[in-house]
Amino acid sequence: MRALRSMGPIFLVLAVLLVLIAAANPFFLEPAGFLAFVKRAAPLVILAAGQYFVIVSGEFDLSVGSLVTVQVVVAARLIDGEESATWWVLALLIVIGLLVGLVNGVITTGLRVPSFITTLGMMLVLSGAVFLWTGGAPRGALSETFRMFGRKDLGAVPWSVLILLVMGGAAIMLMRSDFGKRLMATGDNERAAGLSGVRVNRTRILAFVISGLAAAVAGILLGGFAGVSAQVGQGLEFQAITAVVLGGVALGGGRGSVVAAMAGALTLEALFTLLNLYGISGALEYAVQGVIIIAAVAAGAVRLPFKRVARA
Amino acid sequence: MRGIAKSFLGVRVLSGVNLEVAAGEVHAVVGENGAGKSTLMKILAGVHSPDEGSVEIDGVSVSFAHPVEAQRAGVAIIYQEFNLLPERSVAENVFLGREPVRRGLVDRTAMETDTTRLLKELGETSFVSHDLVRHLSIAQQQVVEILKALSQDARIIVMDEPTAALAEHEVELLYRLVARLRERGIAVLYISHRLREVFDLAERVTVLKDGALVRTADTADITSDELVRLMVGRDLGTYFPPRGTETGEVRLSVRGGGNAVLDGIDLQVSEGEILGVAGLQGSGRTELAKAIFGAEPFTRGTMSPLRPRSVRQAVAAGIGLVNEDRKAEGLALRQSVRDNALLVSRSVRRGGRTDIRELLESVRLQPPRPEQEVRYLSGGNQQKVVLAKWITVAPKVLIFDEPTRGVDVGAKAAIHDLMRGLAKDGMAIMMISSELPELIGMSDRIIVMRDGRIAGVLPAGPSEETVMHLAAGEVTP
Amino acid sequence: MTERTLTSFSLRRKVTGSTLIIYLALIGVLLIGWVLVAVDGGNFLTLETVVGIQQRSAALGIVAVGQTLAILVGSLDLSVAYLISLTSLVAAEIMAGQDSGILPAVAAVIAVSALIGLVNGLVITRLHVHAFIATLGVALIIKGVVDHLYDGPSGSVPESFQRLGYDRLGPVPVSALLWAAVAVAAWFLLRRTRLGYRIYAVGGDEEVARLSGVRTGRIIVATHVLCSICAGIAGLLLAGRLGAGAPTVGTDGGYDLESIAAVVLGGTALAGGKGGVPGTVGGVLLLAVLDSVFNQLEVNAFFKDVVRGVVIVAAVAVYARRTVRRRSR
Repeated sequence: MRALRSMGPIFLVLAVLLVLIAAANPFFLEPAGFLAFVKRAAPLVILAAGQYFVIVSGEFDLSVGSLVTVQVVVAARLIDGEESATWWVLALLIVIGLLVGLVNGVITTGLRVPSFITTLGMMLVLSGAVFLWTGGAPRGALSETFRMFGRKDLGAVPWSVLILLVMGGAAIMLMRSDFGKRLMATGDNERAAGLSGVRVNRTRILAFVISGLAAAVAGILLGGFAGVSAQVGQGLEFQAITAVVLGGVALGGGRGSVVAAMAGALTLEALFTLLNLYGISGALEYAVQGVIIIAAVAAGAVRLPFKRVARA
Repeated sequence: MRGIAKSFLGVRVLSGVNLEVAAGEVHAVVGENGAGKSTLMKILAGVHSPDEGSVEIDGVSVSFAHPVEAQRAGVAIIYQEFNLLPERSVAENVFLGREPVRRGLVDRTAMETDTTRLLKELGETSFVSHDLVRHLSIAQQQVVEILKALSQDARIIVMDEPTAALAEHEVELLYRLVARLRERGIAVLYISHRLREVFDLAERVTVLKDGALVRTADTADITSDELVRLMVGRDLGTYFPPRGTETGEVRLSVRGGGNAVLDGIDLQVSEGEILGVAGLQGSGRTELAKAIFGAEPFTRGTMSPLRPRSVRQAVAAGIGLVNEDRKAEGLALRQSVRDNALLVSRSVRRGGRTDIRELLESVRLQPPRPEQEVRYLSGGNQQKVVLAKWITVAPKVLIFDEPTRGVDVGAKAAIHDLMRGLAKDGMAIMMISSELPELIGMSDRIIVMRDGRIAGVLPAGPSEETVMHLAAGEVTP
Repeated sequence: MTERTLTSFSLRRKVTGSTLIIYLALIGVLLIGWVLVAVDGGNFLTLETVVGIQQRSAALGIVAVGQTLAILVGSLDLSVAYLISLTSLVAAEIMAGQDSGILPAVAAVIAVSALIGLVNGLVITRLHVHAFIATLGVALIIKGVVDHLYDGPSGSVPESFQRLGYDRLGPVPVSALLWAAVAVAAWFLLRRTRLGYRIYAVGGDEEVARLSGVRTGRIIVATHVLCSICAGIAGLLLAGRLGAGAPTVGTDGGYDLESIAAVVLGGTALAGGKGGVPGTVGGVLLLAVLDSVFNQLEVNAFFKDVVRGVVIVAAVAVYARRTVRRRSR
């Protein structure tokens, strides 16, 4: 019950935005129109779900944007239009995602580097490394099979929507599991969790790994949807964090639900759609976005904790 | 303070309370948790404003909208949780918010000299004005709080449970400090659970119960039994549940255990037994608990069932620890009662499915609402949730570190009952406590710690003096 | 007299710690760089490289000093990069190539950046929006406005003002002097004024500061105003260097995240209340020296990013180890 109530506001905002979109564009009410919207939103929603795990454990993951870029650029170069290479490259991308998450997690927990810095460093390393490897610009091309996930449909339903449903469902199940409860407790009070037998570090590392996996999947979808470019992941980390916070999840950890975080991402995407529909496109879109983010968070602000230092 | 009344959200927490304190007087305020002591003090300190009644200082009626106004009027309050900045120096903390300025710039020399002068006046030599607060002990930090009050020229100082976090020998130092404050003509309002301190320090004592004034009396005219009756309406004799008679097989034994702090620890606890652990703060009591629990493990010696190298190993071997500091180490405050109570079993995957209502009833949580966030619970109820957390995995050995700190008298008795009940059901229990009456009343045997070693083992029911002498190292038995 | 020695003693104690580490690391990198370049057949510490290091670090250094204040108070500012772009445009447009435009332009830049800082601060303190989101939102707003109005360099900076970007006095570029002035001013502010003391207090524990009568909201707002003004000054400097304003000059330099990285590299705690300007100066210099070494060795630009990422994480890991060891004391 409590969870439902705290989810409230973001769903209301989302509903209002969807109604406004539908008012301007009746096609939106048809299954195809709505599915097209969800398809476009899928990568961000998946990223937000992954980011949620990290944020609720009390950390940040700033590396997901450049990780998405890495996924797309690596895929393009390795596949280089070769259909047969698709599947092993897909597997490799997932492994890269998991590995990046693992490194983020291990450095943050093992070396006690604030995750803001760890993942900021990771962001520099990833974007540097991938272009070092390709010589400065993306090369090669994706295969048709690879692009299928981001742009094709299975029957009437886009692949990416199906993948989103699977990922979203898995995220909800995870948060209901013992792992989810341990993660929440860790984000709320690390010491208490540790002294209750929770493997705090392992729990956090797993959160980063989940975020890495989410970024890998989002990268695969975006590669198919938007094509190969060096900018594909730019700014996505901030969008994902914004989405999670829009969903009412507190930076600092221990509070908020993953459903609300995903709803936050849908809301953000709905906002972009709406701005386009009403002709506020291009640059001013950013300005409106900025205002609305501040306004939404301010409206829902039951004072977010800046940080509370444990007293000596 | 006259006729003070205050309600929060329609709940009346204080009504018609009168309190007066004279310059140079130490006036104790006692009462169970929830009796309204803290609210009354916060009204005096300007944190809350009263709904009815008036506050007068030196005959002048005052009303404070902000704690700072109270400070300016000469009222300082020292909370249990200190208001200090660990990364700043003593002098910087003393003058926080009131930094002396000369020609527009902070006059650091003046800050240092004034702080040094105050330190000298209090006879405190164990630290200096430019030490970082982070490097000071709890007792020293308390002195910094007092310095802060003095530098504000406070004439009324409120001390909220000042000895809660202090060791016995530090309490002595505090007594001396309070005496100095009295000599300076400062009025001290002293809030405490510990009756001994009331009689040692205060000239008068005011008893609050359920938000109302019960009685103000000269400490010379009242006995401690009377005082307890006034607070709770119950006799001292019913404090502790009867001891068990049977103890079974040995559940935990340590031979030659040691680490950086501890050395030569030999002890055993049997099923059905409550082993008390006495000792001054810093004697290694808490460290002993943490070593057995694997949080700061033993590096030497043997232990059965096993010598844990981590908390998880200890938990797997059936050892649990109810921490000293509930809020920092025991609970995830923003999570529900259910999620806290089930946390241990969820992390070690033991105990199978638990019926949460049954569990909460077994620890007598009232009301048993599993979805409530634990931060909204009283201290006693929070402690019951911590206890529930361990009951889910049915440990063989359960260690309690200060189980009734910050818990009101009623809940205290309930927790004592629960502990005895667990022992009867075959659990081996270790209990650390700074309150000797509690320790003596509950324990079947008592080990006394000193300097990281066991200074002696005492049978049930020793006198407080025997324990104290042993702990302070004045005699060897 | 004893008081004097006491004060200087406490001063010395505070300088040690992470600030010392960063300067030791700086010397280490200088030595290694010198050896590497020498092995490569070059000469590392030429006038050219020294001037280069100073020039490279000046703009980032000025932003980072401002960012230090924001981080010390327990906040952070993600809007500085876009603010730099905006102020470079404001400066160049108002100057319009005329010497007479310099003063109004500088005044306008200070006013605009103070205003942005005020908005940041008020959104954080009055609307209770987390600094991360608040300054990110403000950054988006500035970006929207700038991108809407400009799609390329605009305005023009007169010859005389461009000297700020390129002239030097002996081996010291004017821009480095400007940086030094900003750094010294901020250092002085933190060490000797009430505002400085209270920045540490609010960053250390906002509740404690509030209960001691510090108006914490005002301190946070004032800090953000100062932080934004620093970004504005950097915008002026970059406009001088480019000879015009540019809508992407701030983001191309990555001044938002890079300035935070430099501050943290200098040993200031991301949580606030601990650290200071000298560390930040060391952090910025370290990044600039690394850059310079790579340039001389003609290392690939992308490889530089990789190394920079590793260095930042490694440095913070070292500080973290020290803190842990001290706590377990």
